[in-house]
Amino acid sequence: MRHRTPQAWLFLTPFVVFYVAFMIGPTVWMFFASFFHTSTVHSGLGPFAGLDNYLEMFGRADFWSALWHTLQFTLYTVPPLVILSFVMAVLTNRVARGQWFFRLAFFLPFILPSATISLIWVFVFTPSTGLWSLPARMVGLEPGAGILSDPSTAMIGIAIATIWWTIGFNFVLFLAGLQDIPRELYEAAAVDGATPWQQIVRLTVPLLNRTTGLVILLQIIASLKIFDQVYLMTEGGPGISTQVALGLITDTAFTSNRIGAASAASVLLFLIILVIAIIQQVVSRVGTAREEGS
Amino acid sequence: MTAIDSRTRRRNGVSAAAPAAPTTPVRGGGRSFHVISLVILVVLAILWLIPSVFAVKTSLTANGVAALGAQEILTEMRPTLESYLTLMRQGDIWNWYLSSFLTSIITAVLTLLFASMAAFALSRLRFRGRSLVYLLVIIGLMIPSQVLIVPLFEELRILQLLNTYWAVILPQVPSVIAVFIFKKFFDGVPKELEEAARVDGAGLWRIYWSVIMPLSRPVTAAVAILTFVWTWNNLLLPLFVLSNPALMTIPVGLATVQGTFGLRYADIQAGAILAALPLVVLYMFFQRQIVEGVTGSGLKG
Repeated sequence: MRHRTPQAWLFLTPFVVFYVAFMIGPTVWMFFASFFHTSTVHSGLGPFAGLDNYLEMFGRADFWSALWHTLQFTLYTVPPLVILSFVMAVLTNRVARGQWFFRLAFFLPFILPSATISLIWVFVFTPSTGLWSLPARMVGLEPGAGILSDPSTAMIGIAIATIWWTIGFNFVLFLAGLQDIPRELYEAAAVDGATPWQQIVRLTVPLLNRTTGLVILLQIIASLKIFDQVYLMTEGGPGISTQVALGLITDTAFTSNRIGAASAASVLLFLIILVIAIIQQVVSRVGTAREEGS
Repeated sequence: MTAIDSRTRRRNGVSAAAPAAPTTPVRGGGRSFHVISLVILVVLAILWLIPSVFAVKTSLTANGVAALGAQEILTEMRPTLESYLTLMRQGDIWNWYLSSFLTSIITAVLTLLFASMAAFALSRLRFRGRSLVYLLVIIGLMIPSQVLIVPLFEELRILQLLNTYWAVILPQVPSVIAVFIFKKFFDGVPKELEEAARVDGAGLWRIYWSVIMPLSRPVTAAVAILTFVWTWNNLLLPLFVLSNPALMTIPVGLATVQGTFGLRYADIQAGAILAALPLVVLYMFFQRQIVEGVTGSGLKG
């Protein structure tokens, strides 16, 4: 290859311009604005604030509660999303004919808009007459105010809707990983007398280690960025019992018009997610390098 | 263990997006295990289908019946399209569809063009600043763009783009994942093909446009469809940068008006289904590209 600097930059410029304008630029601006009393009511960055915005966030109970709810949502959704999707993928992979049906059932919700899934699940969770109340009553649960209207259960309702919505993503990742495992391994294990259960525990689980690690990290990152379902299903309520980090950020910015304070909260969430994303990249790259390096 | 490792490695090299290998049930297992696992699978699939089926059933029920409760909806036997007709007569839905289609299509076209051009340079050309660009792209994989909503809003306000389609389109164009998907594909295209074109005197643009891109139709289709779906489904950005109801995308429009529907549950569910319908149709036609694209973006991104 010859050096073709000018021509290469002709090909790169459109992407790089957009990338700098709408990714790098806003990131840098966010860090700046977090040190100023920036507001939508006056132009420019506004008066210098030093660390005030950060100190304010650290001192606010609703900031910690939003972080806690984000973590709570992550804890509620990640284990079922990982374990259940693994089960679905392993079982679907064993099916000889009609796989398309199970792929459709598990994957289709994933490509639906959050507005659609939220409207469906709010209706399913309608207090006392909704679809959810039928099995709930059968097992003797009090209908009460409804799962989304009770501060102690609202997040569980959001988690259930989310698991239904996004499990298809993990499902197809696991399915792809499963199809990379050579069949001969199972045949050899079967010849050695391993039961199907032993094959799953001793072969499938260890061979999918890397996929599982990736799925867990991707899932944690996705959960930390939760906004849509909360905004659409409970608007952070009842009270602030389901308010999450991104909800607090948009409220601070667009309802209270306090861009500087919202930027400080954004920076904190940004850094938390960045750390996990770096771990995910390292895991993914080390795995790829090991595969390619042999 | 080494033998196993090298075998899996070879398989992994085939790319996770490779078409599903034909599968036969694993032999050697007990028959009872096979039956139990099939039963569990079918139960899970039914559980997963119930919410969508219930939403469709509700949307085909009269509002008066739907308001009574789930039991009445499930036992109602006279389907009606009334809710769909009501929504279509109101007019807003057509504006929202227009907005969703326009923003998703324009975003997909610009993303395809710019990402494939950048990937072409990264895959085929040696130039000064290459490692810097590559580093930027890798950093981009780790930036959570949703968290940038506040500075993006300020930027679009200063550029006076709020309440225009461009406010939804422009920030979604720089897709780092699209660059990665294209670069990975281009890396696998044999160089001999462009050598022939180069001997014939073709310039770089000709090689990109007339040699590489025509060979890349499958990956182009996958990136186009995925970008379309992601833009269609984005809520956060259009929610805050579009406040004019006539410009709203269909998820934002629905989310905004659902409060005014009150007890018209059938209408609400019909709206939910109309917002998803184009994507379901897309899935029916491009199932393979969508699943492979999502898998590829997950493993790479």
